This record gives sequence, C-alpha cells and structure tokens, in this order.
Amino acid sequence: MSTNAVPVATEQYNYGIVKKFAIMAMIWGVLGMLAGVYIASELAWPFLNFNIAEITFGRLRPVHTTLVIFGFGGSALFATSYYIVQRTCQARLWGGSILPEFTFWGWQLSIGLGVLFYMAGYTQGREYAEFIWPVDLLITVTWVAYFAIFAMTLVKRSQPHIYVANWFFMAFILATALLHIFNNLQVPVAWNSLESYALFSGVQDAMTQWWYGHNAVGFFLTAAFLGMMYYFVPKQAGRPIYSYRLSIVHFWALSFLYMWVGAHHLHWTALPDWVSTLAATFSILLLLPSWGGMINGIMTLSGAWEKLRTDPIMLFLITALAFYGMSTFEGPMMSLKSVNALSHYTDWTVGHVHSGALGWVAMISIGSFYHLIPRLWGTTLYSTKLVFVHFWLATIGVVLYIVAMWVAGIGQGLMLRAFDQYGNLAYTFIETVSFMHIPYVVRAIGGAFFLSGMLVMGYNIRKTIAGARQPAAAEGRDAVAAAAR
Amino acid sequence: MKHESIEINSGLLIVLTLMVISIGGLVEIVPLFHIEETVEEVDGVRPYTPLELRGRDIYVREGCYTCHSQMIRPFRDEMLRYGHYSLAAESQYDHPFQWGSKRTGPDLARVGGKYSNEWQTQHLVDPQSLVPESIMPGYPWLLEDELDYSQIEERMVALKRVGVPYSQSQAEYDANVEKFGQEMADKLHVSNATQVLEDQAAAEDWDGKPGQITEMDALVAYLQMLGTMVDFSKYEDGHFNQFR
Repeated sequence: MSTNAVPVATEQYNYGIVKKFAIMAMIWGVLGMLAGVYIASELAWPFLNFNIAEITFGRLRPVHTTLVIFGFGGSALFATSYYIVQRTCQARLWGGSILPEFTFWGWQLSIGLGVLFYMAGYTQGREYAEFIWPVDLLITVTWVAYFAIFAMTLVKRSQPHIYVANWFFMAFILATALLHIFNNLQVPVAWNSLESYALFSGVQDAMTQWWYGHNAVGFFLTAAFLGMMYYFVPKQAGRPIYSYRLSIVHFWALSFLYMWVGAHHLHWTALPDWVSTLAATFSILLLLPSWGGMINGIMTLSGAWEKLRTDPIMLFLITALAFYGMSTFEGPMMSLKSVNALSHYTDWTVGHVHSGALGWVAMISIGSFYHLIPRLWGTTLYSTKLVFVHFWLATIGVVLYIVAMWVAGIGQGLMLRAFDQYGNLAYTFIETVSFMHIPYVVRAIGGAFFLSGMLVMGYNIRKTIAGARQPAAAEGRDAVAAAAR
Repeated sequence: MKHESIEINSGLLIVLTLMVISIGGLVEIVPLFHIEETVEEVDGVRPYTPLELRGRDIYVREGCYTCHSQMIRPFRDEMLRYGHYSLAAESQYDHPFQWGSKRTGPDLARVGGKYSNEWQTQHLVDPQSLVPESIMPGYPWLLEDELDYSQIEERMVALKRVGVPYSQSQAEYDANVEKFGQEMADKLHVSNATQVLEDQAAAEDWDGKPGQITEMDALVAYLQMLGTMVDFSKYEDGHFNQFR
C-alpha cells in the first residue's frame, strides 16, 4: 500500500479541519455507543436506572441517538466530505481558515450542549430532533456555513467534472437543511425559556416528523455515506467504480424516491390511508436504487476479490455494503402494511435500524477512517492485525444485536396478537416484557462487542498518530514499509 | 440534455437536486393541511387544562414517548387491549404529537381512568412494587419536586399562537363557551390559568399529598385525562371508518 501523503498535499489542501472532525467522530462514537450499551442494559436490568433522573432510559435514549447519528456520523461526514471534495476537485477548501473552523466548533457545541440539555430535561420530544430551539438555531447557522464551503469548493474546482461522491454529499447537505428547518418550526414559551411548542400538531406534525425522521435515515445516514463509499471503495480497491451510468441512475432515483417514504412509519395510525399507501409503494420502489448502489460498490471489487483475504479495510467496506443491501431489503418488506402491522412498535424496527446503523453506517465509516487517517498524518497504520480483530468484534456484535431483536420483535408481535381458544387475548402485555428479557441481554452483549471493537480502533488510531508525531520513528516505519513494497 | 452538463455545472446540480428532493414532501404533507376529512369532526376534544398541560410537559421532558405509544391501531387485539382506535382529532391539540414509535411498555392513548390516582402515583414512584416484571424506571422525584407553573400563562399564549384555542379576549372566551361549555371555557381562559391550576390540583387527591402541588399532581392529572374526551357510545359502530 502506498502512502501518497506527500508534504505538498498538506499545503495544497486543508487537512487540519479533516483531522479535527475525524478525531471528534471517534470520541463521539465511543461515547454514543457507550450510552447505547448502557440503555440496552437498563432494559435488561432496570435497576441500572438508579432512580436518577438524568440517567433514566427516557432521557438517555436521545443522548445515545444524538451522539451516534449526529456526533459520530455527522463528524465523520464533515471529515470525509471535506477530504473528498478537496481531493476530487483538486482545490483547497473554500472559506479560508475561519469558516471551516466555525463549522467544527458550531457542530461540536451543538452536540455537546444538546445532550447535556436532554439529561437536564430539556427536549422537544421529537424523535431524532430532540434538540431544543437555541441549539436548533446554532445547527442552522453551522449548516449554512457548511453548504457555502462545500458549494464554493465545487465552484472553484480545477477538475472539469464533479465527481459522483460530491453529488451525494450535496444532496445530503440540501436535504438535511430542508428537513431540519421544516421539522423544527416551533414557538418558544418565552425568549428566556429553553422550552417551546411545535408549530404543527397531531396528524400533520406526525407526518412532518416522519418525513424528517426517515430522510434523516435516507440522506444523513444513506446518501452521504454513499458519497463516502463512492470515494473510498474505489480508492482502497485501486480500481474505478464499476458503472458510472449506474451511479447516475442510482443518484437521481434515490434522491427522488426517499422523500416519499416517511409515512411508512405511520401505517395504521390516524394518518389517512392514501398517504400510507403512497409511502408503501415508494418504499418498494426504493429497493431498486438501493440495490443499484450496493451492486455498484461491491462489483467495483470484481476481479480483485482476493483483497478480502488480506485487506481488513476492504473487508469493512464490502461488509458494510452487504449490510446495506440486507437492510434496504428488510426496510421495504417492513413497509408493507401487513408486515408492518406486526413489526411496528416492536424491537424488529430497532434491530432493522441497527443493521443499517452498525452494519452499514458505522462499518463504512470505520473502513474509510482506516484508509484516511494514516494518509492525513502521512504515516502507515500502526497495526493491520488489530483491524482484523476490530472487524470480527464488530461483525459478531452486529449479528448478535439483530438476531436478538428479530427474536424480541417478532416474538412480541406474535404474542400481542395471539388469541386463546375462547377468543380472548392469549397474553397480557407484561408477559411479552418478561419474554423479551433474554433477547435484551443478548442485545446488550452484542452492543458491548461492537463498542469493544471501537476501543480497539481508538487504540490503533492513537498509536498510528503518535507514531506519525515522532518523525524518527515514522521514518523508520516508512523505510520498513518501503522495503516491504 | 446530456447528463454531462449537470456534472460540469455545480449550480445546475444544486437546483435540480433541490427540485427532485422537494416533490415527495410537497405531495404528501401539504394536502394534509387542506383536506378536511384528515381530522374528523368529533364532540368532546378540547385543549388541555393548565394542570394537564404541565403534566404533558413533564411527559415530554422525561421521554415517555421513547417507550410508550399514544396511537391505538384498528386491530382486534389492540381494541381489546386498549379500547377504540385513536382518532386524528384526539391529538389535534398536541404540539408536538406524542404518538410514539415503540411499545416497550403498553400504549397510553386511553389509559385515563383505567387505574386509580393512588395506583398511578405508586406505579410512577416504584413500578416494580405493583408490576414485579416491569422494566420501567422509577420516577420518585416527581413526588418530591414542586410543580413550577410560574410561566403557565406564557405557555398557553405560546400554544395559542400555534392554533390551540385558549382565550384571551372576550370574543375568544365566548367562542369557547359555545364550543366547550362555560365550565371548560373558564379553565381555558389564559388570565385565569394560575387559579384554575391550583383549583384542579386541590380538587382531587392526585398524588396523595394534599396541600402541596407536585409534578406528580400534574402528570397524574394528564394521564387520567388521556383518551377520555370522546364518548364513543354516542357514535354508531363504524362511524369513524369513513375518515381513514
């Protein structure tokens, strides 16, 4: 593997901002997954709530989702998009040194303040958009700066073509802006109050929220990570993307279709049936572009499959795509009204989310980071062996997690709709809760596996960066690496 | 037009992407504000009283929606377990909605009146003392903490701004008398709020601690109201199916 980090590159491109976001992604990732393992344990062993308001499940759950989605995922996207847009446009990041720095502090402050407020009891009570209104404003300003930086870097590119990864990042930035603004329309109780009431109510509010909620998945957690995929998979494989035409079709179809599907979170509710049916239809259609993207990524490795034996980074990237394919098949299936009647309100949904979040989002980010970080610091990875260890910890963790949730979710769904021979309900609600205890324990263990993989990664990255900071040692290793080539 | 022209023009890429991502939301969300059958006409649904409103704020603050839904679906098992399926009208004053997405615990849309105040208070303080297998956290601080209702009027005014019919003027009050009856209209008048809240807290022994208005008073008052506004015996079976 070549280290194409020549000193010139660090002057040509703004790598400092990429490094900062990458490190924060690691920190938020570990904290967010720690919160995840903790709340999973609270469900298995409720004494862990300890009657302490700040750490009860209801307050910690948004802490977990915010830290992993916006802290880990968001910072990883800032890092990789800033890196990719510079490399593929062959232009330094627009905005001088101040504006990118502003997006860094704006974003980190939003995450940090946001979760501390949840623990103190300040929340909007909207899933995945719990940030209170002052934090929402800070996010909006930060996002506008992000858009300006990204768009202006595209404008001043020295390459004629805008590379496909950047289309996905652009769609993600635009869609997130749209979603964030319309889903957070609210009226503060008073100017000196941190509390507010949503502009919409009831059924319209539910539709707006799940239009937001599912497209946080569609654009934040999918389109943007596809951007990551379109750069790092070909780079790591050392070959061009499988089909350029497929990426064009896939991009427009995905961008168009995703925005229709949010209402499948509201099947059988007081939302009118026509919206629900439209959402289900588009959810099925969405299978096509999703698999188009997966095929495009995986087939890029065509002819070089042997890399999967020797290159654990490739293993992460390709496994991520396999999980992407699996969860984008499971999603449309769960959006069928008849399946949803059973799966909705159960842990099946939670399992589905995590096969996407851990299997796809986290694994593609992890693979990308193992590729990216040594290049940023102009060194080589401290240990490839530890990447293999991480891969297996992560994979075992995800599999334990989703199997446990299939058992808990489908089991609870079946128990709740079961009737005895006299036509009475066969189980009380609390009997389903008792049934879920073992799956909940297994899920917590699965989460702990995944978290321990992240700690291994943290150690590996730390050693890698520490090695780069000791020039003599780095030179020594470069010599070894050169000799190995 | 060749696709290449988009690939070399960042402005065009941005504009086309924006157009493509806007359509879905426009088609599905905007009509919900205009099609009248979306929220059905039904008697009894009213804004929350000041005490119930503060209870709802606490429900949101504690993240109850992360484990409890407030949306009963039209299935036989759910109707046997929870009661009549939820109507859109029943959450029309919910800013934000609290339908939830997960039932780690049971649905609460019609929990009002199912248990006594004493049961609710005891269950919130120590759930396992009543339901040993429960995995719900205890909320003992609700019984200790005094309810803060210093901004109750500001809260009602904020909700009024987003469309909840709390009254400030005589005309608004008169409209509420016609719609909800005089007794309720008095409770929904903003300038009465503090007195109304204190009266409701004292009128019933919500939390077993008379003489003190705790957060538990507000939360139990809110829970006991949930799902009780519509009298379904007044409507024929299947009346609401036409709105689905």
